[in-house]
Amino acid sequence: MSQEIYERIRGNPKFQALVSKRNRFSIVMITLILVAYYGYIVLIAFDKALLATKLSAGGVTSIGIPLGLGVILFTIVLTWIYVARANSEFDPEAEAIIKESQQ
Amino acid sequence: MKTFAKLSHAVVAIALASVAGLTFAAGADLGQTQQQATNWTAISMFAIFVGATLWITKWAASKTKTAADFYTAGGGITGFQNGLAIAGDYMSAASFLGISGLVFGSGFDGLIFSIGWLVGWPVITFLMAERLRNLGKFTFADVASYRFAQGPLRSFAATGTLVVVAFYLIAQMVGAGQLIKVLFGLEYIYAVVLVGIIMMMYVLFGGMTATTWVQIIKAVMLLCGATFMAVAVLFQFGFSPEALFAKAVEVHAKGDAIMAPGGLITDPISAISVGLALMFGTAGLPHVLMRFFTVPNAKEARKSVAWATTWIGYFYILTFIIGFGAIVMLPLDPAYYVDGDLALGLKGGGNMAAVHLANAVGGNLFLGFISAVAFATILAVVAGLTLSGASAVSHDLYASVWRRGNADSKTELRVSKLTTLALGVIAVLLGIIFEKQNVAFMVMLAFTIACSANFPVLFMSVLWKNCTTRGAVAGGTVGLILSVVLTVVSPGVWEAALGNPKGSALFPYASASMFSMTAAFLVIWIVSLLDNSEQAKKERALYPNQLIRSETGVGAAAASSH
Repeated sequence: MSQEIYERIRGNPKFQALVSKRNRFSIVMITLILVAYYGYIVLIAFDKALLATKLSAGGVTSIGIPLGLGVILFTIVLTWIYVARANSEFDPEAEAIIKESQQ
Repeated sequence: MKTFAKLSHAVVAIALASVAGLTFAAGADLGQTQQQATNWTAISMFAIFVGATLWITKWAASKTKTAADFYTAGGGITGFQNGLAIAGDYMSAASFLGISGLVFGSGFDGLIFSIGWLVGWPVITFLMAERLRNLGKFTFADVASYRFAQGPLRSFAATGTLVVVAFYLIAQMVGAGQLIKVLFGLEYIYAVVLVGIIMMMYVLFGGMTATTWVQIIKAVMLLCGATFMAVAVLFQFGFSPEALFAKAVEVHAKGDAIMAPGGLITDPISAISVGLALMFGTAGLPHVLMRFFTVPNAKEARKSVAWATTWIGYFYILTFIIGFGAIVMLPLDPAYYVDGDLALGLKGGGNMAAVHLANAVGGNLFLGFISAVAFATILAVVAGLTLSGASAVSHDLYASVWRRGNADSKTELRVSKLTTLALGVIAVLLGIIFEKQNVAFMVMLAFTIACSANFPVLFMSVLWKNCTTRGAVAGGTVGLILSVVLTVVSPGVWEAALGNPKGSALFPYASASMFSMTAAFLVIWIVSLLDNSEQAKKERALYPNQLIRSETGVGAAAASSH
């Protein structure tokens, strides 16, 4: 790959925009997963009683169980959201930038 | 016999109730087991699995001609296949038997444990997967050393890889030996030698192609078997979790306590530290990172992690249901318990909950299947580990450092095969040496090193423009040394494994990662900032090109044609 193409991509404002958009998105997603996981752990460390509360009067299932399964599902869903956006939005933009640089 | 049973029951009880999140840190460990009656059904099923996978290896061998084929299966794996293979790499026997055993013993706590092992995957997705694919070829050192001095950086990365692989391997080999005693009723030494030989055949002849298919087949078998068990359990309760939990609370010795968090997390610093190791350690495991070079482009790399996360998350939900299924179904038949006495605990120990449940829901044939799958699981993990260790030696140390990039593909391939042979022998020896040792901490130590040495170097080299060779090597080395030293003087090793008196451990927490990872990042940052050498200036000047390639994939190695 010639240095000229790199220079053109570097000078393209669309490239800078793509990089900062992707970084922003990654940071938001990482923050969400950190909050979900550590929120759950901190809740366990400091308020076990809350997690042990029953979902319904007379039932046995505690709040902690749907919450925990929720963290697992949240992890999976979050990953797919990132992949979907990257595949449908970031990739075509990156391709367009490369194309422009080769003209 | 009876005293031994009581003793092992006590060991399980201590392990489950251990203080300060020790169990949490130790990882689901299989511990010492007792040899059971020879199980020919399980052995036959396992033999069929080995036969089929060796047949695939033969096919893979015909396709493995160059170093690229050996390291990356020629780059022709799809995202979906790679996702399954990653899941097959990650879902170990310890997590299947250990987590369902933990749920069987204390209910809710098993769920906390499994969540920790899942949250590393989004981190890889958001930060690493596509950048790895765009910058690298065969090993994560390719990525970390992209704009740096090859010698020092690759030597460091290869050390980081080999240390992580070594600790991980020991845990797997010892686990195999303990498992074969309870699952097949054979002696410890058979397992270690068998695993060593079969794994060497996969890797030596079939390279990454064979390893990938072994991992895919194992993942599919494990997911199918676990799904069948979970459905069979839920079916009995009209697919109502509430009904299942109600019955479990009724029959479990701890009663309603199994619906609430127990002793797993008591000390917040340890909990946070362990969480860091799991979250960022996954993004520093060499055998996992290596899998991203087997797909053709960044898009497929992203898809692989998303599929892997899906399968692993689904698997952990299944183990939770399986654990509860064991709570309600095993007491119906005292034959699963030592001397038929429910108070003495399960035959073969608490980790056998899933295995006995397999018998309860599917009879002897299904028991054989699950036992064979549990053991086959180890083969797949060990093959992946060996392959990544071999590539660190042949691609990073031999071809890039020693031959300064002038080794031809044929010689490089020969070196990787010789290394595979050597690693196989070393793995068997380590398995024998550590037979009687407590290796519970080793997987966690591997994660701690991965998050304190490999991950910071990878992260900073790719994402921070001012990072230099000196900074990366200094910081990574500090992270590596600190994680080993602090782990050795932590209660889990100093007191539990080395037998020093209680309270004598110098480092009070269950995991070193909060300190060792922070230190690594700080040292990389400070040393890089202070580095004003000519080399450093050149490296910073190369950053814009690296950024362009990592973000857009322009100039990325077309996987099938390096």
